[in-house]
Amino acid sequence: MSTVWLIPAFPLAGALTNIFFGRSTGHRAHWIAVPALGASFLFACAVAARVWSGAPFTTTLGAWIVAGDFETGITAYVDNLSAVMLLVVTGVGFLIHLYSVGYMHGDPGYARFFAYLNLFVFSMTMLVLAGNFLLLYVFWEAVGLCSYLLIGFWYTRDSAANAGKKAFIVNRVGDFGFGLGVMWLWTELGTLDYAAVFKGAATLSPATATGIALLLFMGACGKSAQLPLHTWLPDAMEGPTPVSALIHAATMVTAGVYMVARSHALFERSGSALEVVAWVGTATAVFAATIGLVQTDIKRVLAYSTISQLGYMFAAVGVGAYVAGIFHLVTHAFFKALLFLGAGSVIHGLHGEQDLRKMGGLASKMPITATTMWIGGLGLAGAPLLAGFFSKDEILGAALGTEHLGIFTLLLAGAFMTAFYTFRLLFLAFSGAPRMPRDVLQQAHESPWVMTGPLLMLSVLTVVAGFALGLPLDGSRFAHLLASVFHPHEGEHASVVVLLSLVVFGAGGLLAFYMYRQSAVKPEAIGQPRTWVHALLLNAWYVDWIYDRLIVQPIYVLSVALAQVFDVGVIDGIVNGLGRAVSAWGAGLRRLQTGYVVNYALTMLAGAVVVVAFFLAR
Amino acid sequence: MVPESYYLALSAVLFSIGVVGVIIRRNPLVIFMSIELMLNAANLAFVAFGHRLGSNDGQAVVFFVMAVAAAEVAVGLAIIVAIFRLRRRLSVDDLSLMRW
Amino acid sequence: MSPVVPPPAVALGVLLPVLVVLAAAAVVLVLDVLPPRDSKAHLGGVALAGIIGALLAIVMRWGTDARAFRDMVLLDTYALYFDLVICYAAALIVMFSMDYLGRTGSESGEYYSLLLFSTAGMMLMASAGDLIVVFLALELMSLSLYVLAGFFKQRLTSGEASMKYFLLGAFASSFLLYGIALIYGATGSTNLDRIAAAAATRNAEPMVLIGLAMMLVGFGFKISSVPFHMWAPDVYEGAPTSVTAFIATGSKAAAFAAMIRVLVVALRGAQPDWSALLWALAALTMTVGNVVALAQSNLKRLLAYSSIAHVGYMLMGLVAGGGPGPGAVLFYLLAYTFTTVGAFGAIALCARAGEEAVEVSDYAGLARRHPVLAATLALFFLSLIGIPPLAGFVAKFYLFGAAVRAGYIWLTVIAVLNSAVAAYYYLRVIVYMYMREPDGEPVAVAPSLAGGLALTLAVAGIVILGLMPAPFADLAQVAVAPLLR
Repeated sequence: MSTVWLIPAFPLAGALTNIFFGRSTGHRAHWIAVPALGASFLFACAVAARVWSGAPFTTTLGAWIVAGDFETGITAYVDNLSAVMLLVVTGVGFLIHLYSVGYMHGDPGYARFFAYLNLFVFSMTMLVLAGNFLLLYVFWEAVGLCSYLLIGFWYTRDSAANAGKKAFIVNRVGDFGFGLGVMWLWTELGTLDYAAVFKGAATLSPATATGIALLLFMGACGKSAQLPLHTWLPDAMEGPTPVSALIHAATMVTAGVYMVARSHALFERSGSALEVVAWVGTATAVFAATIGLVQTDIKRVLAYSTISQLGYMFAAVGVGAYVAGIFHLVTHAFFKALLFLGAGSVIHGLHGEQDLRKMGGLASKMPITATTMWIGGLGLAGAPLLAGFFSKDEILGAALGTEHLGIFTLLLAGAFMTAFYTFRLLFLAFSGAPRMPRDVLQQAHESPWVMTGPLLMLSVLTVVAGFALGLPLDGSRFAHLLASVFHPHEGEHASVVVLLSLVVFGAGGLLAFYMYRQSAVKPEAIGQPRTWVHALLLNAWYVDWIYDRLIVQPIYVLSVALAQVFDVGVIDGIVNGLGRAVSAWGAGLRRLQTGYVVNYALTMLAGAVVVVAFFLAR
Repeated sequence: MVPESYYLALSAVLFSIGVVGVIIRRNPLVIFMSIELMLNAANLAFVAFGHRLGSNDGQAVVFFVMAVAAAEVAVGLAIIVAIFRLRRRLSVDDLSLMRW
Repeated sequence: MSPVVPPPAVALGVLLPVLVVLAAAAVVLVLDVLPPRDSKAHLGGVALAGIIGALLAIVMRWGTDARAFRDMVLLDTYALYFDLVICYAAALIVMFSMDYLGRTGSESGEYYSLLLFSTAGMMLMASAGDLIVVFLALELMSLSLYVLAGFFKQRLTSGEASMKYFLLGAFASSFLLYGIALIYGATGSTNLDRIAAAAATRNAEPMVLIGLAMMLVGFGFKISSVPFHMWAPDVYEGAPTSVTAFIATGSKAAAFAAMIRVLVVALRGAQPDWSALLWALAALTMTVGNVVALAQSNLKRLLAYSSIAHVGYMLMGLVAGGGPGPGAVLFYLLAYTFTTVGAFGAIALCARAGEEAVEVSDYAGLARRHPVLAATLALFFLSLIGIPPLAGFVAKFYLFGAAVRAGYIWLTVIAVLNSAVAAYYYLRVIVYMYMREPDGEPVAVAPSLAGGLALTLAVAGIVILGLMPAPFADLAQVAVAPLLR
């Protein structure tokens, strides 16, 4: 048995311990969960070192599903790409586990929280290790399930339980496509093993490849919150902040990017599917950035920012710059986890306040948090020499280099907005006069070391990662590292890109400085819609509203009408959202079930007549 | 000699009468009798076919079916009596506590 | 023509598993009138011993391919596979019943003997090589179940369930019998092999097809396929929960056993005729089952509609009439039996305010008070959704994969869509257990040694089937292989 299996085994063991002995581990649950992740990280390092100096390898734990000549095992495929992903998942995961020790301190569900968190890391590492599409699908579902459990962790809040349910159902839409894609792949090629599939992809007709690739991408859209399936991610902020950092910023939501990059042979066979990926990513990047401009909830700003940055990654893999996409995935994991954890530290210090309008002037109260969040923010905004600068430039350069001028322009506009909303957040939270009630201000405090420690670690990573991986500009070390996975991409790094991105970074920062630091916008006017554009953005382009009116309501109205044909009664209003609509349809059909034996017999007779007639008609 | 098709026609008619009886009657006893009629229609068909095929199988089946029908009567009446004890009325339309 | 009919050779070995069960039933009946008269718990033990004896007999006979009584009774691997599924379900249900009956005050000997008689009927259905045996075994099974459904004599709903089940079941049986008569008339035999031989020589006659149609009504009723399903929710709700579990699993498995044999062995020649019909029935059954389940607030009814939906999936495997489909159906039945018996068994352990806890809302807050039971129930539901790596996922994978390979792409798309919708109502129960607080008295769980053991066995079943499906899937394919030759 390969040591690779120890990477997921430790978190799994930790999860099981805290699930079954949660009562006795209680507030000491982290003594199991955190070391488990630490060990997992160490083994990930060992495996990464082995792969980087050697060759990719496959290892099988055992056969799983065998059907005729088709055989799928529990197989791990480890190459440089999976090694990078493993390091990010276990490394960032470890820091977030550590942080949670402070953040979740005293929560009644402490052991349960760590059990779920460990379970998530187990599923995520298995997703990354999976050596075939079936195993990928299995853990694709599993990370979704963990995400659902953790969003609804504080289930006594109705909004949390609903957000969890929404995440699960929206993801089912994507997974429906993903499942069909996997099944189609199987019928075409008769195998689901990565190596065989990617080799066999060349034999597929381009139309088939397009169909399969788009179905797989549908799953990626759900998991990575891309248009039009993005609506669940902002609501998912109902979960505890470490969860937002780990699952909804650094790891799980990037699974879609990983999957597309992993199956690039399939997407390239199609060609047009890659175009779709690029454009969906670009549209999402710009769309979510516009919404981020006006949000007043600190976590929602970051949530829309995450959707937008995921869009950048898809745009990158869509234009064929896989290395740039994965690079951005890695740097984004650092600075976005940092920003979320910093936001959590602020919320923790202010006893649960999330509204930017009730913050301000916190820099003196919580210096470490403020400093580290500034570093994270600069990383996100694309300040020169920080991690985000290098990775975003690579994406922009690739878009320009492949002559996707439209995509390039839109992404540049997105970068401007990114700089703006990031600085807006930082100014509103840490500068100016405090806007919270007096007693809250007095009690505002810096977080304990167990929380600030991870913040410092992540800031270091944000600062260093760019230099360490992004240089030299033409043909970076990171590209070199992944050269065995992705055939080399033209490392065409135009200086005009660097110049332009510096300009938009400066412009966005200055505008935010003028509006929020110089208080050109009165603090009490923030979050008040002044123009219709502002209202449009505040309501996130009314997408939820449109879904409600175009999909949920019509089905509901129809089903109520249908139900009244059978019985003018009240439909049990048990469930909400989309579920309510479909179940109301169910309630209509249910009225056929009158409870009378005679009606049942009559239905059976009608069925019998139809069956007989069917045979006679043939 | 009555041709086989006559027996079959009679059997089909009996079966249909049974079906209609099940559908339109409300008394479980009568519904039950209608079901017995359907079983006996099948018996008639078995005998007629057996006669045409010159084998005893058809007749043998009928004995089995009659035994099953007798067992059904026993169980059916027991259920009807059990319900009657609780309800004191006998109509299948009363049996609609559970629906939807 | 000789005036003396030669007596058939008596080969009781072929009936061994069934005879063990019947003997246990007789022993239970005798012991019932002997002291101690006040406690009947030991009779459950006797019944369990009988079923375990039958399981041993099955294992002993494994690999033999015997037939007797002029090919009326077959004991091939196929029959033994189903015997295994049925006995397994029966054993778990006896274990759940021991404590459940005591709590509901209806402990008695005839309950166990009726359970054993219906088990024997189910096993015979799987062994039937002749349409007459199919009919007789079906009646043995059904008559026992009709009585069992009404076993709570003081409860109106139980009596109603019994009456509905009986009247509609007898109605459906007469269709089945008439169908048998027509097929006998058209082919000159009631023996499956001889029907196949007779039907193969000429094109399908209308009489064969009408006979098949009427038989499908009878089978459709027993497996509760739409539109012959309407009895199921009412009976499931009204019957004692342990009996519901048996109706949902054992009788369904037995009906599938007989139906697959009839379709695949006797009427394979007519496959082009019946496959389109099964296609439509499958699509209709899974869709109606899932959609109506969305609106249910009673857990037993919800599971009834869910089981209807699962029948829809299973019918999908039969549409092709060959290939890997039937084997996948056998495997699915195994996974489904493990899961469904477990789910109903867990429900039987729960009570609220002295009544059985059957409303979904009764289960609010179960996770906090009884974390192990809640986790168990959640596992069963996750398996029913088809979340990996539980049995339900693997079973669906085999089944959908078989349908795809047989070329029924659209049916598979419908099925995948259906299982996506189905997640919603199962999830609702889990949400209630984990994320809601009860209003009023919380649900209480009756501790029960036998029940706990049975739950453990069921959970072990779905986990093992999910993690190591290969040997069991091979078993299913081997079992069905002789039929497909």
